[in-house]
Amino acid sequence: MAALAHTQGPPRPAWLHNRVLAVLLLGAMAAALGLAFLSVAPNRLVSGTGLRLGELLGAARLTHAAHAVKAVLGLPLLGLLLAVFLPSSRAVHAGVAVAAALLLAVTVWLAGAEAARDSGASSTLARVSLGGGFWAVTLLLWLMVADALQRLGLSPARRTLAHLAVLAPLAVLLGGGALDSLSLLKEYANRDDVFRVAALRHLHIVAATLLPALLIGVPLGVAAARSERVAAPLFAVLNVIQTVPSIALFALLIAPLGGLAAVLPGLGIRGIGLWPAVIALTLYALLPIVHGTASGLRQVPAAAVAAAVGMGMTARQVFRRVEVPLALPVLLSGLRVTTVQVIGLAVVAALIGAGGFGALVFQGLASSALDLVMLGVLPVVALAIVADAGLELLTAAFKGPQP
Amino acid sequence: MIELQAVGKTYGSTQAVDGVSLRIERGEFVVLIGPSGSGKSTLLKMINRLVEHDRGKILFKGEEIRSFRPEDIRRRMGYAIQSTGLFPHWSVARNIATVPELLGWRAARIAARVDELLTLLGLEPQAYRGRFPHQLSGGQQQRVGVARALAADPEALLMDEPFGALDPITRLTLQDELARIHRASGKTILLVTHDIDEALRLATRIVLLDRGRIVQAGTPAQLLAQPASELVSDFLGRSDLGLKLLGLHRVAERMQLGAPADVTAGAAIAATLSLRDALSIFVERQVDRLPVADAQDRVVGTLHFADLLARRP
Repeated sequence: MAALAHTQGPPRPAWLHNRVLAVLLLGAMAAALGLAFLSVAPNRLVSGTGLRLGELLGAARLTHAAHAVKAVLGLPLLGLLLAVFLPSSRAVHAGVAVAAALLLAVTVWLAGAEAARDSGASSTLARVSLGGGFWAVTLLLWLMVADALQRLGLSPARRTLAHLAVLAPLAVLLGGGALDSLSLLKEYANRDDVFRVAALRHLHIVAATLLPALLIGVPLGVAAARSERVAAPLFAVLNVIQTVPSIALFALLIAPLGGLAAVLPGLGIRGIGLWPAVIALTLYALLPIVHGTASGLRQVPAAAVAAAVGMGMTARQVFRRVEVPLALPVLLSGLRVTTVQVIGLAVVAALIGAGGFGALVFQGLASSALDLVMLGVLPVVALAIVADAGLELLTAAFKGPQP
Repeated sequence: MIELQAVGKTYGSTQAVDGVSLRIERGEFVVLIGPSGSGKSTLLKMINRLVEHDRGKILFKGEEIRSFRPEDIRRRMGYAIQSTGLFPHWSVARNIATVPELLGWRAARIAARVDELLTLLGLEPQAYRGRFPHQLSGGQQQRVGVARALAADPEALLMDEPFGALDPITRLTLQDELARIHRASGKTILLVTHDIDEALRLATRIVLLDRGRIVQAGTPAQLLAQPASELVSDFLGRSDLGLKLLGLHRVAERMQLGAPADVTAGAAIAATLSLRDALSIFVERQVDRLPVADAQDRVVGTLHFADLLARRP
């Protein structure tokens, strides 16, 4: 029997218990040894020289900080290596999550500390920017944490909280100024007023999109759930909208809105800027919201509705007491998808003058300033993660007692 | 209590219900039975206006049901369905409280009623009040379904194949509970089933429907003894008609007082056993008389094999 079971599926060495972790670890080590962790340039105009993680920790550069790091890094790294060969258990997964989270925090701190040392040593014009090695290592460590948390089989709410706990030390490092010497944060310090405006504008676009999308999308979703004759053409149209590239849709809206603005100047509508952006993003947001609402309502058990009607609930009572609460988790997951999508798409809206983090990204692209691009991209990623986690927690709260 | 006068319902070109007249008195347990498509479920749903009849009249306590708001008439009749239709996002207590809540009862009265019903249906209130439907077995879910239907002390109870999805043993237990509740409360119950044994076990009157018409209506004994047509006999099951007749009677109705003279008959049987089960024991033990014991396990009588046939006045 055992031999038979062994012949099925791909061959798998018995001693290798966590192949995912093995691959991620190998990747992280390759990135640490092969890719530049930091890039040091005398000023922001010339391209810098790369510095690998191996070189940072190498004998030539041993500082007391690096000494400390070496000692701290060793233990969790050893633990992760060991975990590859340990049989799967909750304790092992928890250990992997903690070790990878620790390494992640240390890696980020190290980048900040080394940047401070390097820029302190040379002139104030020197730029120490994060290299591919840094991004690869942190991404792979994050994947290790996520994989371990997944394997722990926590409830969605607890998993989300665990993810936030892993991010907390990074937020402390960022807020406490430990990373201030990195070029990314110098860029931020130079433009913090621009950044603040961009952030507010980005949130403004997202809110101005989600509100009308919900107000229009939820009733449409209800109608689609009630009648197949509404659903079929509605989803056909929404699907077509979804296939139009965002830049094209923004551009397509400029002419009619510009025309409208010329006819009715009093409305404050303009052909470029916020209006076409919000309208286009709302059109994109409709599909997941309508879909979430309709499929949420459709999966409400027919027997529950039949019983509710049979016991004398009015149509409104059936809707509010039975259908809405049972459809809400699916609707909220539709809203989650939409929110993340809108946060990302709003970047492109900067092309038609809507502002937001996209403005930083495109400005950076135009002037080949990668740090400026990152300054626009990273908060978008962070915003998406936070929105996703927040809505996940909300969904879990509404899901309540269901299995 | 409920009166149907030449009621009909047409779906497209098919007559789902075709001129049915039926009077259901207070306290009756009427079982509507028939093959699928016979219109039994449609008939039930017309009474609480889940389906609107398009011919004839339906009266509830002498008043035309169309004179009420549909919601009001539904709240006055308990309603239980096969898949229970419990609300998965509500606790057992809140599920049971559905109709009392709709009627605006005070919280304390609702809580007391919920506990009373849980006890009535053999579910410990302390343990089950706060559970959710997915934490219950199929049988427990249907108990809650029945409790919910009874919650506002309705004047009539409509049940649409309530035990259809349960395993045979759970179904038997719940049928017994329902029979007990019917005897104790004297509620008017109208139940739809396609299970003839369920109908024979529960009904005070069976209404057999076919293609939207009543084929025969009468007590279980009447149907078994004088089936009105071939169709009725077929439906009752020709081969074991006699056994089904025996199943309607209890040992206590036929036994003769006094313990049997010889002791070879073996252990005493319960007086509450059905004659059908007694027959099985006769054959199994290869005897022609059996001692009968009462609830306190005292031998109080004898059942002779011939008593199975004797019809007492």
